[in-house]
Amino acid sequence: MIEFEAPKPIAQQSYVLKTVAENMMRPVSRYFDEHEHEIPWDYINFMHMAMKATGAGSLAPKETPKKDADGKERPRIGYQMLACMLEMLSWGDVGIYLCTPGGGLGAAAVQANGTPEQQAKFLTRFGEEKPAFGAMAMTESQAGSDTSAIRTTAVLDKEKNQWVLNGEKIFVTGGQKSLEEGNGLVVVWATIDPTAGRAGMRPFVIEATSPGIKVSKLEHKMGIRASDTASLVLQDCRVPYENILGSPEVAQEKTTTGFKGAMATFDATRPLIGATAVGVARATLELLKEILAEQGVTIRYGLPRQKLTSIERDIIDMEVMLRSAWLLVIKAVWMADNRKSNSLEASMSKVRGGDVVTKITQRSVEIMGPLGYSRDLMLEKWFRDAKISDIYEGTGQINRLIVARHILGYSGRNLR
Amino acid sequence: MYSFEPTEEQKMLVDTVARYATSNLRLASHDADEECQLPIGLIKKGWELGVLQASTPESYGGFGEHSAVTGVLAAEEMAYGDLAAALSVMSPGLFAVPILLAGSEEQKKEYLPPIVEGDWTPYTAALIEPFYDNDLNDLKTTAMLDNDGYVISGNKSYVPHAREAKAMIVYASLNGMTQGFIVSNGHKGVQVGERQKMLGINALPVYPVKFDNVRVPSTNRLGGTDGHDFSPILASSWLASAAMALGVSKAALEYAINYAKDRDVFGMKVAQKQSIAFMLAEMATDIEAIRCLTWEAAWLVDKGKEEAYKEAYLAYTGAADMAMMVTDRAVQILGGHGYIREHPVEKWMREGRSFAMLNGLAIV
Repeated sequence: MIEFEAPKPIAQQSYVLKTVAENMMRPVSRYFDEHEHEIPWDYINFMHMAMKATGAGSLAPKETPKKDADGKERPRIGYQMLACMLEMLSWGDVGIYLCTPGGGLGAAAVQANGTPEQQAKFLTRFGEEKPAFGAMAMTESQAGSDTSAIRTTAVLDKEKNQWVLNGEKIFVTGGQKSLEEGNGLVVVWATIDPTAGRAGMRPFVIEATSPGIKVSKLEHKMGIRASDTASLVLQDCRVPYENILGSPEVAQEKTTTGFKGAMATFDATRPLIGATAVGVARATLELLKEILAEQGVTIRYGLPRQKLTSIERDIIDMEVMLRSAWLLVIKAVWMADNRKSNSLEASMSKVRGGDVVTKITQRSVEIMGPLGYSRDLMLEKWFRDAKISDIYEGTGQINRLIVARHILGYSGRNLR
Repeated sequence: MYSFEPTEEQKMLVDTVARYATSNLRLASHDADEECQLPIGLIKKGWELGVLQASTPESYGGFGEHSAVTGVLAAEEMAYGDLAAALSVMSPGLFAVPILLAGSEEQKKEYLPPIVEGDWTPYTAALIEPFYDNDLNDLKTTAMLDNDGYVISGNKSYVPHAREAKAMIVYASLNGMTQGFIVSNGHKGVQVGERQKMLGINALPVYPVKFDNVRVPSTNRLGGTDGHDFSPILASSWLASAAMALGVSKAALEYAINYAKDRDVFGMKVAQKQSIAFMLAEMATDIEAIRCLTWEAAWLVDKGKEEAYKEAYLAYTGAADMAMMVTDRAVQILGGHGYIREHPVEKWMREGRSFAMLNGLAIV
C-alpha cells in the first residue's frame, strides 16, 4: 500500500539528530568554514560516543534485518533511516557531517564488495574506543568520471603474498582523517592489469597502519571546508593478499566484477548524496522563508499563478523542487531496503538532488538581494556548500547518462 | 512506513485502465481531436471499468471506499490514453465526488446511486470563470441567501458536457466563501452557450454557462444548509490535474523515446546523441519526482492531514510545469515531425499547456 508515514524509529532518530544539528553543528558552522582543515572534534567525539552507545559503530545500515519477538523479520529500513539521518545532519552543516566518524564511503565499499569475513575484519574498528574514519579513493588526476582510466597499479608479490600498490589518488573525501586520525582505512581502487580497462579494476583495503601510503596534499575548496579532501600517494604500499575485496577468484580472473562493485557502491551511495543535497536545500529554504516572514512577506498557497508575486512563485517552485527531490531519494532507498534494483532511481535522485540544491541556493541568495551576498547570513555558505552535490559520486551529467541508458535500454557502447 | 507499492486491487484497476488506454483510447485519439468528438461507445466502455464505482461505498451504489491515491493512479493511466476521453469518462465524478466528499447524507442517498449504478450519464460542475485571474477561492459568481433559498448569478466557462448534463454543481461565492450548489440542467435562468473551441483537448465538449438569478432551495447547497469546506474539493481537483498531467507527460516521453531510438542521424540513432539522451533523462526524472509528490499529496488527502491542501497545490503546480516542459521537449526531439499532426506529440503539447490554467475539469 502506498504510504508516506516515516517509520517510528526514523521519526525518533530524526528528532534526536535535529538537536545535534541545532546544538553541535549550526553554532560552529561558520567557524569551521573559516578555519579550513581544522577538525570538528567536539562533533566527532559526540557522534562516536552516541553511535557506540546505540551499538551502531557507523552510520551504515546492518545487513541482517531485525526480528520481532515472534521471530518475524521486521521490514528493512536501514537505508531509509540513513537517508533521513544524513538529510538532517546536512541540514545542520554538510561539511561537518562529512567528518562523521565511522566507515563513510570506505565502509560502503567494503559492504558492497567484501566477503562476510572481510566485512567483519575491516568494519569492527569503527565500533572501538576511539573514533576512526573510512574513505574511498577512486579519482586520479587523469581519471574522474571515467573511472576505468585509473593508473594506480596493484601487483601481487607472490613470495610474500602481498599486494604492492603504486600511484596517486586525488579528491579523497576524509582521506586525511582516515589515515592520520585513528585506526581508519581507505578503499583504494587500482588496476591489476593496466591493459584491461575496467576488467582490471579491483578494490583494496589500505589501513592507516599500512606502510607506503601518505597524504600529499589537502585541497582548498569552494565549500564543505570542514571536510578534508586529500591527495594520497602510494609508494610500494604493501597490504596482505586478503585485503583485495571480494572472493579469492576476483584476484585472478579477468572480470568486471570489480568495476561492477564500484557501480554497486554508487547505487547505494548516490541517493544518500541526494539526501545531503536535500538537507542543504531545506536549510536554505527555511531560512529564506523565515527572513521573508520577518519582512512581512507571506506565501499565499492555492492562488492561480497569475495572481502570485514573483517571490511567491519562486518560493512555491522551490518547495515543489525540494519535496519532490526528497521523495525521489526516499523511493530510491526504499527500493534498496526492499532489495529492488534501484540503479535508475538512485541516479534520478542524485540528478534531482544536485539540481535542486544548486537552484535553490542560487535563487535564495538572489532573492535576498545585497543581503544574500553577505557572510552575515548563512545563505552564501550554503550556496558554496551546495555545488559539490552536483559533482561528487558522479556528476549530474554522468547520472543523466545512466538514467538515459536505463530508459533507452542502451549499454555504455550504445550511448557513450 | 514508506511504501511506493500499490495494493493488489489498485494494481488490477490500473492494469485494466492501462489496457483500455492503450487498446482503445490511443487508437481513437487522433481522429477524436481532429473531429472534436469522441465515440460515445468509447466513453461508456471507460465508465464500465468502474473507477468511480470503486471509490463509492456500497451504501451509495458502489463497491469501495473513496481513495484519492486510487484516483490519481487511475486518472494518470486514463489520461495516458487520451486526455479528452479521460475527462469525459470522469465527468460524472465532477458531480459525484464533491457529494461524496462534502455532501449531506440526504444528498448522497439521492444523487449517488443513480449515477454510480447506471451507464455513463453526463453530469458536470461549473467551476472555472472567464477571467485571466480566475481564482477558485475567490469566485466572481455569487450566491445570495434569499428567504429559504439561494440566488446564483455569474458566468462560468469550460463546463464539460454542460449541454447534455443532467445536473451540475455550480460553485459560487457566498459571503466570500466558495460553496457548491446542486442545479439541475434546464433550471430557470441557466443558459448554456455555444460550445467553446480551445487550444487543445478538442474532443471534450465544453461550454460557457450563464447563471441569471438562478434560484435553488437551501437543501441544494452542497453539504446541506450548513454548507461545506471547499478545500478538500479543491485539493482533489488539483490531484486530478496533477495525475492527468503525469499521464500526458508519460505518453509524450514514451513516444519520444521510441522515435529517438528508431530515427537515424549521422550514422547513428537520434537517441545516441547526448543532447537528446539528456533531455529524455531529465524528462523521465521530472516525471518520477512529480509522481512521488502527487502520490504523497493524495495519501495526505486520504489521511485528512493538515498539510494535504498545500501539498496537493504543490503537486499540481509542479505537474503543470512538468507537463509543459516534457511535452515541449517531446515535440523538439521529433524535430519537424513533431510539428506535424500525424504524430501525437504536438497534440500532447497543446494539452500540456492546459493544466496551469484549467484546473477544475476533473476531480478524483
